[in-house]
Amino acid sequence: MIDLLAQAGGSIVEEWTSNFWLALILKTVAVMAFFLIVPLGVGYMEHKVLAHMQGRLGPMEAGVFHGWAQLIADGVKFIQKEDIVPAAADRTIFTLAPAVAMVPYIAILVVLPFSGSLFALNLDVGIFFVMAMSSVSVIGVLMAGWSSANKFSLIGALRAAAQLIAYELPLVLAAAGVVMLAGVTSMVGIVEAQESLWYVVPLFPLFLIFMVASLAELSRTPFDMPIADSEIIYGAYTEYGGLKFAFFLLAEYGGIVALSGIAAVLFLGGYQGLPGIPLPDPIWMALKIGLLSFVVIWCRATYPRLREDQLQRFAWLALIPLSLVWILVAAFLKVAF
Amino acid sequence: MAIDTSQRKDQPESGAGQGLLKGLSVTLKTMLKPAVTVQYPHVKPDLPARTRGVIALKEGNCTVCYKCSRECPDWCIYIDAHKETHEPAAGGRGRSMKVLDRFAIDYALCMYCGICVEVCPFDALFWSPEFEYAEYEMDLLIHEKDRLEEWTYTVLPPPPLEAGAEGAPAAEGGSA
Repeated sequence: MIDLLAQAGGSIVEEWTSNFWLALILKTVAVMAFFLIVPLGVGYMEHKVLAHMQGRLGPMEAGVFHGWAQLIADGVKFIQKEDIVPAAADRTIFTLAPAVAMVPYIAILVVLPFSGSLFALNLDVGIFFVMAMSSVSVIGVLMAGWSSANKFSLIGALRAAAQLIAYELPLVLAAAGVVMLAGVTSMVGIVEAQESLWYVVPLFPLFLIFMVASLAELSRTPFDMPIADSEIIYGAYTEYGGLKFAFFLLAEYGGIVALSGIAAVLFLGGYQGLPGIPLPDPIWMALKIGLLSFVVIWCRATYPRLREDQLQRFAWLALIPLSLVWILVAAFLKVAF
Repeated sequence: MAIDTSQRKDQPESGAGQGLLKGLSVTLKTMLKPAVTVQYPHVKPDLPARTRGVIALKEGNCTVCYKCSRECPDWCIYIDAHKETHEPAAGGRGRSMKVLDRFAIDYALCMYCGICVEVCPFDALFWSPEFEYAEYEMDLLIHEKDRLEEWTYTVLPPPPLEAGAEGAPAAEGGSA
């Protein structure tokens, strides 16, 4: 791991300090701060966007101005709650599960570039790292479901696992199409390769497939079978409360940020701006993450939940063949141009 | 029995995915429209004239016929009265009339059925749209007649008749 970190070059932190440990601490603090603050913003956006899409106002009281402090108030409430572990639960696994669900998304943020030099780490194998990490999170969900000693939790966890297996493939295949065109696997390299043309243009179907698979990966509506609250209470999180539950929520919103960030890097040119609009690179990246997060929330407001068999059928019979076909197209584009 | 679906007309003739896009456009349009929420404690709701908020008593109209208290399904109207005899100015029999001593509605019991308002023969009871009279103690929900009289100040004029509706019948005995 230290070897990997030592390879990190070109990050803005290295320009300030040559001390390895100081740079490491600075980067860690920056990533953690990002992970703790930005998902709150997305959570607040979800409150407001969902409310307005239903003709409501959403939170209006906390923090005086349009309820901006609602999520902070929620967090304070979660901290005050009693930390309950069911008597029959496997205490160690039950306690570890929220962390296992959350950490992978922090790890993804590490490699997310906000400009040519503003990132924590530019791994050569960036996109592989991201894809590997994004599938670790479900282990946390499985741990939660198994250790809760609750049938609803277990069903939810198994659904989550089945869903991950089905949707990990189209996610990876969509990313593979981009990697073929870009010719590099590092996140910064993929962004730089899109300087003239964002990959959303030649690979639009792959972009759609990636977004759909991301929704499924995050168990967001219309793919929220694992937490389908009308049938299995809250899936794997049924027995959780207080801070542990808050960590799962944080993992969900952190996941939205992380996967929106990846989609922005892969298809929307990452921190590259549109010509003629002078904005700093990090602002462009933030705008794209915000836009894609909005789309994720928009889908939640619009679509009802799929049935479990529809969900599997859609992945195996529609998304995977389609993404394979578009990988062929990507290969053709790569050779032809 | 098989259902013949070939005759169905409710299937829109559109390409795949159009319904998905239509759904997205509906939610987006709703988002851009102003919300219907009324921020209640900050903004008072604009309630229609027939809102069943609280029952008001116009004491001058009450003849103590007890119809309301007898019809009340949960017996939440308390009426006390005594008889007074007014001697006529010149000869004849004395005129006896009832005088209202107490008229109270227990809003802890009232279920807002409105039968008392319906049944009142002399228009002494009215619906008022006021609804903010919650109390910290249950017995404070018993509104005595002076408080019920105050509610009459908040009664809204009845809504106009619908177009083409028959006019209200004139009161018997003509104008007085």
